[in-house]
Amino acid sequence: MTTAQTEVPQWRRTSQNPEDRTPVISVRRLWKVFGPKAEQVPQSEELCGLSRRELMDRTGCTAAVRDVDFEVSPGEVFVVMGLSGSGKSTLVRCLTRLIEPTSGEVVFEGEDIRGADARRLRELRRRKFSMVFQHFGLLPHRKVVENVAFGLEIRGMGRGERMRRAREVVELVGLAGYENSYPDQLSGGMQQRVGLARALAGDPEVLFFDEPFSALDPLIRRDMQNEVIRLHHEVGKTMVFITHDLTEALKLGDRILIMRDGKMVQCGTGDELVGAPADDYVRDFVQDVPRGDVLTLRWIMRPAQDDDALDGPELGPDVVVREATRAVLAAEKPAKVVENGKLLGIVGDEEILAVVAGQQGGA
Amino acid sequence: MARHWRAGAAGLTVLGLALTGCVGAKVGDTAAGAKNADGSCGTFNLAVNPWVGYQADAAVVAYVAQHDLGCKVTKKNLKEEIAWQGFGTGEVDAVLENWGHDDLKKKYITDQKTAVSAGQTGNKGVIGWWVPPWLAKAHPDITDWRNLNKYAANFRTSESGGKGQLLDGDPSYVTNDAALVTNLKLNYKVVYAGSETALIQAYRNAEKNKQWLIGYFYEPQWFMTEVPLVKVDLPAYTPGCDADAAKIACDYPVYGLDKIVSARFARSGSPAYQLVKNFHWTNEDQNLVAKYIAVDKMSDEAAAKKWVDANRDKVEAWLK
Amino acid sequence: MAAVADTSGPVATWRQKVTRPMAVGAILVAWLVLFAVLRGRQTLTLAAADLTSLHRWLNDVNDTVGAGRDSNPLFLYFFNEIRLAIDHLVTFVQSLISQPTAGRPVPQIGWLGVVGIAGYLSWAVGNWRVALLAVAGFTFFGLQGLWQESMDTLALTLSAVLVALLIGIPLGVWAGLSDRCNKIMTPFLDFMQTMPTFVYLAPLTLVFLIGGASAVITTVIYAAPPAIRITAHAIRSVPATTVEAADSLGTTRRQQLLKVLLPLSQRTVVMGVNQTIMAALAMVTIAALIDAPGLGKTVVQALQSLDVGTAFNAGLAIVVMAIVLDRVTTAAAGRADTARRTGGALVRWRRPLLAAGGIGTAFLVYVSHTYVYAAEFPGDGTAGTHIASWADTATTWLQDHLSGLTNAVRDVITYGLLNPFQTLLTDSPWWLVGLTLVALGAVLGGRRAAVTAAVCVGLLVGTGLWSDGMTTLASTAVATVLVMLLGAVFGVWMGRSALVDRLVRPTLDAAQVMPPFVYLVPFLALFGATRFTAIVAAVVYAAPVAIKIIADGVRNVPESTVEATTSVGCTTWQIITKVQLPVARGALTLATNQGLIYVLSMVVVGGLVGAGALGYDVVAGFSQGQLYGKGLAAGLAIVLLGVMFDRITQAAARRTRA
Repeated sequence: MTTAQTEVPQWRRTSQNPEDRTPVISVRRLWKVFGPKAEQVPQSEELCGLSRRELMDRTGCTAAVRDVDFEVSPGEVFVVMGLSGSGKSTLVRCLTRLIEPTSGEVVFEGEDIRGADARRLRELRRRKFSMVFQHFGLLPHRKVVENVAFGLEIRGMGRGERMRRAREVVELVGLAGYENSYPDQLSGGMQQRVGLARALAGDPEVLFFDEPFSALDPLIRRDMQNEVIRLHHEVGKTMVFITHDLTEALKLGDRILIMRDGKMVQCGTGDELVGAPADDYVRDFVQDVPRGDVLTLRWIMRPAQDDDALDGPELGPDVVVREATRAVLAAEKPAKVVENGKLLGIVGDEEILAVVAGQQGGA
Repeated sequence: MARHWRAGAAGLTVLGLALTGCVGAKVGDTAAGAKNADGSCGTFNLAVNPWVGYQADAAVVAYVAQHDLGCKVTKKNLKEEIAWQGFGTGEVDAVLENWGHDDLKKKYITDQKTAVSAGQTGNKGVIGWWVPPWLAKAHPDITDWRNLNKYAANFRTSESGGKGQLLDGDPSYVTNDAALVTNLKLNYKVVYAGSETALIQAYRNAEKNKQWLIGYFYEPQWFMTEVPLVKVDLPAYTPGCDADAAKIACDYPVYGLDKIVSARFARSGSPAYQLVKNFHWTNEDQNLVAKYIAVDKMSDEAAAKKWVDANRDKVEAWLK
Repeated sequence: MAAVADTSGPVATWRQKVTRPMAVGAILVAWLVLFAVLRGRQTLTLAAADLTSLHRWLNDVNDTVGAGRDSNPLFLYFFNEIRLAIDHLVTFVQSLISQPTAGRPVPQIGWLGVVGIAGYLSWAVGNWRVALLAVAGFTFFGLQGLWQESMDTLALTLSAVLVALLIGIPLGVWAGLSDRCNKIMTPFLDFMQTMPTFVYLAPLTLVFLIGGASAVITTVIYAAPPAIRITAHAIRSVPATTVEAADSLGTTRRQQLLKVLLPLSQRTVVMGVNQTIMAALAMVTIAALIDAPGLGKTVVQALQSLDVGTAFNAGLAIVVMAIVLDRVTTAAAGRADTARRTGGALVRWRRPLLAAGGIGTAFLVYVSHTYVYAAEFPGDGTAGTHIASWADTATTWLQDHLSGLTNAVRDVITYGLLNPFQTLLTDSPWWLVGLTLVALGAVLGGRRAAVTAAVCVGLLVGTGLWSDGMTTLASTAVATVLVMLLGAVFGVWMGRSALVDRLVRPTLDAAQVMPPFVYLVPFLALFGATRFTAIVAAVVYAAPVAIKIIADGVRNVPESTVEATTSVGCTTWQIITKVQLPVARGALTLATNQGLIYVLSMVVVGGLVGAGALGYDVVAGFSQGQLYGKGLAAGLAIVLLGVMFDRITQAAARRTRA
């Protein structure tokens, strides 16, 4: 039984400059250390600099998140990416205080999360943010619609009203008809849709996703990714997304934060990561990405030279190379990269072919 | 589906009619037991200690109390310690057969004053060392304690560590055996079987398989009617020879088994108290009823009835 | 953390060179050598009737408590209220099903009504198969001529289980939620389950008087720990991801408990109810010693005249009741899941069927209330008489024909194994044995186990019953070895063959539930009043547990592993010894631990059949006032032995699994 197939949307373009609006979430110098007397680690210059092994031997502690700084703008999809042990799951849990941070600041819409008391924290969890988990976390003894309504039930909404809202959301995620089934009667992908619906039902400001599709088959995974993109278009919520899959990160994320061993490595848009990797680790990471799908013309253009014809097609700097390929190759003249009327550079056949064929480009 | 319902309902109705229709003897308001009571007796709490001889006493006394005096008798199966404890709380009115237990008498009669003696039962308790009849017949000199060391090796078992085994039974029974063995300089070790059941089974085995066995036993006991054990003579009892527990070197005294009642019960004036006070019979009487219960497997009620019907005159004497 | 630290430095290299078996061997050799040299010195023997000052002090405490009974406000206002409440409960249930009440010669609900209720309730919480079993079982009681006694036992058991659950489930929830509570409670639970009941029977009647209350409380003390432990385990077993998800939605603790933890732990909690019922039934015969009515009393009384047949008949009724209650509660545990899965059609039928069943049952109850034939079970219980005489004949036959063989076996094991080992333990200086135990604890279980061993050894010396403790220890060790042998043989056999499992398991269940008192007499006839008899009784009781654990362990060895070895060409024996047993190592250690605990719980029963030592001391304490203190000390000694070996074997288990 297949659910309603979601159409494959276009590759997204990088959105507007994220620095424009006030951030929804602001994280400063965040540390999470596990072990005895954890607080002493962030406070000590010396301990901060130790490697994982040295730190363990010296203090018996593990630093899962080390000095992480970032901001999430409203409406953006912010992806945190890393391999296992990089601290990404710990990080996202620190943001909602499912795990208590050791030190640092987490500010949500101007409010200091770490200072919130138990009551305020519950309120925040009920209304402001919700989370979708890797292993779904559904209640097996309740039907789908009851699972979706669970968050609303917690905050005290009446039965009729919450069921109505739950049914709306169930339809939104494409599970219409399965309201009265039990979780163990659904496939993995459908169960995760229930998880998604549950997270959306409370109309939160921010959605957190902890590797939600890692436990699903590749085909289902693709469907679910498209679902998330579609929902983002429709509902426009801010999302913080954790994954270890680079392709997924590039597909979904407006900006991507790469983590390694608890530390931030690089934070930027997809094309920035591919075009200007911060170090060998990132370069290694993005090695297998089809560059043409991620890089924009900004990265491959060259300055205009005197003998260039300047009446070729005009394209914006943020057009993805792949989309520009046909236009540039079909035109006999090189394309102009223009922004706000100003000529930034030229993109000719060689530039395009270099990317598409030779995987060269950028710094 | 409707058909199933109708069939089911019909079937149930038939069954219901059948159940109510046939054999309609109703549960009447028939009172339990003979309630031709003059009401003056009320409830009588009788402790029953866990040996069959006592059970026989209790069967007969309860039977008479119920049928002749109209009492409601509540029997409580308890070990001696717990039974004496119950005097103070009012849960136990009478103990029909007490073997010595000077320690309990001191605690509850003298010190706490919750119990009083109610006279003798007429039974004479004989504790001692006994051997199976085949052994007494095969080696008649074994009944003299001075020959015990001669036969010590024959009594050896896996439990007695190279010495002869002297088998003791239930720990609630008074025993001086450890001191006796030491003070009479016998090459024996006391092995604790732990229960009267174990002791009786050992004797049964010994008689059946012609095994050597010497152990602690007593009369009156129902088992004697099945296997008549033979007593071994220890140095005769003289008053005061058991004053110091560590230096005992004489046989057990003959116990006049007595009855103990709670002080409260004695003051109550209940006819049951009079019955208990007057109750007395012989070792043979008790052994007979005990045999009915243990060997013939009669119920307490049936065994008591049989004896009471055959000994009406004795019973009348108690009721005066 | 400590484990990580161990593998560095010079100490580690030495530790790596000396393997565990070598260390154990060295300790044992040292012990034997020193024993030969120092034999007979400082053995702390105490004669059977002797008391230490501790025992005398405990006696005095007991006497003071007893003397103050009528005046102490604690008694008057607290214990008395509890007693009255429980007495009312028991009397009420009894008047419903087993005892004649005011004005009626029979209880309120007669046999037909009870059978009807049993069937209906079993069907409602379980399925029709267990309902049929319940009806058959209950009818069987009547056929045995034991209807009233069975109902008395049922009333007592149900009251006790009710009280145990009322106390146990909330405590279990608390222990499940709070680590600290769990840590504090565990020693108490251990104590309640290992302290021999005999020890607190007499004081209990002092406080709660003789009657239903004492019997119920005795049972509750033994039956509540399983309820508490399993509920705590159930709460902790709720998947962490589900709890986290609920947490992330902003649940309060109360919402989390009511909406997530309790519903998800339901199935396991019902299993806990099952275990509570089984534990309660195990107390039936012991409660009879303080005049509790029911089947236990029949068994105990039959023993006085060595009436094996009657005892067996009553014991069989207890087994049947245990089986019925076990199957019904197990079905109840599974019902919630299965009903949902089979879907809607059956669910639609259920409610009207339940209503119809309810009406039918009410009707049966009415009939049994009014008509004699439905109130008193018809017939004379001839089935029971036949069972009894069959049991008698079988026992006599066994005694006649097997005595030679059984006596020989007894002598071989006693002279060959038990006596030498016991001499080694009792004739060594106490400090030598103590050191050995501590050293073994350290090698097998680590530092904490060694500390526990040291503390237990110290306390054991303090009880004044060291020598008796060593005697009991010898018998216990031999019994455990035999239990493990049986466990290995039958466990592997059952684990490898589903058919054998299905055939043997009912026998094992019956052996665990049959009151030991029932098979004491035949054993006495076969083996005499000896330590060996006590060992055999303990083995019969403890082996089923070990067998079942090992069978489960062997069965859980992954199919793929066994397949791989078969395809390489291993023989059956090689597969068993090289693959299945080693992989099931965890199960073997668990079986040893449980086997030992169960064997220890039979020490007191052993005292009734010639084991002497601690078992006899406890029984004596229960029977004689001046030995009360010694009996209490002996009970503590048994608990100490249990704790020491439980901690050592559990720590060893953790290490072998790691």
